[in-house]
Amino acid sequence: MLSAYTRLLVAQIRSQTQYRLSFLADVVSTCLMSLLDIVAVLVLFRVTPALGGFSGRQVLVMAAMALLAFSLSDLLVGNVERLRFYIRTGLFDVVLLRPLSALGQLLVIDFAPRRTGRVVQALVILAVALFLVDIDWSVARVAILVVTPLAGSLIFASIFVAGATVAFWWVESGELANAFTYGGRDFTTYPVSVYSGWFRRLFAYGLGFAFVAYYPALFLLDVPDPLGAPIWLGWGTPVVALLAMTVAACVWRTGVRHYRSTGS
Amino acid sequence: MGLDVRAFLALTSAGFRRWSTYRQATAAAVFTNSVFGFLKTYVLLAVALGAGGAAVGYDGPMLVSFVWLGQGLIGVVMLWGWTDLADRVRTGDVVADLLRPVNPLWTYLAADLGRAGYATLTRFLIPVAVGLVYFDFFLPTRPASYALFTVSVALAVLVSFTFRYLVNLTAFWLLDVRGVMLLAQLMMGALSGLYLPIRFLPDWCENVLWYLTPFPSMLQAPLDIYVEYGGIGTQLAIVSGQLAWVVVGFTACGWLQRRAAWKLVIQGG
Repeated sequence: MLSAYTRLLVAQIRSQTQYRLSFLADVVSTCLMSLLDIVAVLVLFRVTPALGGFSGRQVLVMAAMALLAFSLSDLLVGNVERLRFYIRTGLFDVVLLRPLSALGQLLVIDFAPRRTGRVVQALVILAVALFLVDIDWSVARVAILVVTPLAGSLIFASIFVAGATVAFWWVESGELANAFTYGGRDFTTYPVSVYSGWFRRLFAYGLGFAFVAYYPALFLLDVPDPLGAPIWLGWGTPVVALLAMTVAACVWRTGVRHYRSTGS
Repeated sequence: MGLDVRAFLALTSAGFRRWSTYRQATAAAVFTNSVFGFLKTYVLLAVALGAGGAAVGYDGPMLVSFVWLGQGLIGVVMLWGWTDLADRVRTGDVVADLLRPVNPLWTYLAADLGRAGYATLTRFLIPVAVGLVYFDFFLPTRPASYALFTVSVALAVLVSFTFRYLVNLTAFWLLDVRGVMLLAQLMMGALSGLYLPIRFLPDWCENVLWYLTPFPSMLQAPLDIYVEYGGIGTQLAIVSGQLAWVVVGFTACGWLQRRAAWKLVIQGG
């Protein structure tokens, strides 16, 4: 079982490195892309001293935590995005015929090793961001720092999987899922207090993005929420992740059962 | 290698019709662009609020229209994902393009203008309407701004087309253009004013972008013209800059295409 996945993985890595110049450009742009979110935060704070009631350094901690969670989930399940390509071309039939889990195969077939670089980058950025703020370190804070990116990445992963599943019903769904995956990443980069109205309710609470970085960061920084939420919500990330994964798993199963080959 | 007006218009309308068949994809793109519109609006409004009402000369309503017009123009200018030519180079079909008695640069341009026309009616108008309904949207005070905005959008499409065409031409040398494409898309997104108005950047950086790269001419230019950043003089200067980039772009495309034709290796046969 495991060796079958490993072989698919190695084949993928080898094929990607065949066109060297292109692979290099790929690696460079993926690294730049994740730096871009952080650079955006820095640029915004050139223009304003505060954002949603938080200082630049505080927002940087949130942005770095969001980036780490997103990079982890992108590494693990990011290529589930390719599902719509598999459905359109009929390759998903092949995937279903093999005696391996459909989701597992999808994740391995298009595994993108360049994405590991992003995780390392995010770790470094988080370390720098934490160094720049005053944190009264305690066991609870260290625990939250370790648990949050992992649980946060599961929240993103659930969104990735659920979003890709839309392609079972709507083959040309194109960028629809991006609104919630990449949109979610951008949303979690900034404090929730920046947003308002139904948009905040949907993204922060409905989809659980407030738990990826915002509440845990408030706990780490020991800053009260300007919106009045209690500080212990920082512990909520694993619970929300569990909920999100349950929903995503149900959506995925319904989708696979709903699948009718396009016949191509 | 001439291309008469009738053939050009026929190709343009074919481009329009081709893209009008991608209804699901268009709907999905409109939805996604609008969601990002909300996101960026809230962030930039918070920036203006934190900066005491206006950020580097952009007040709230200006930022709102900057964001929503920008979200609408993504599809028109097509900042992402055009690989038609590169795909044909990879498969070898490009030989057929080069054998025709018209320069492929003009046929691809005609089709791209048709695409941009369709995108204007869908991907541009819908997000802009959403922005108008939900937020306090800036409306130009000088009627001339609307005309200049229209001209500037047309020029932005041309600048973006030449840049995308150049990137696609690299397929003649690289065959696999995914990496270069990603890098190009990254630059088009980050340096064109899509993520943030480039006037937020340090002066030297902003000047380098305006004078030495075509990217602001693809998006920031029409947006600044619409929100009337600076007087009519600034608006005219922006349009002239775009014109210059159109000339540079087409010259570069013509030159690189000649080199590419020399280099052509027919795949498969």
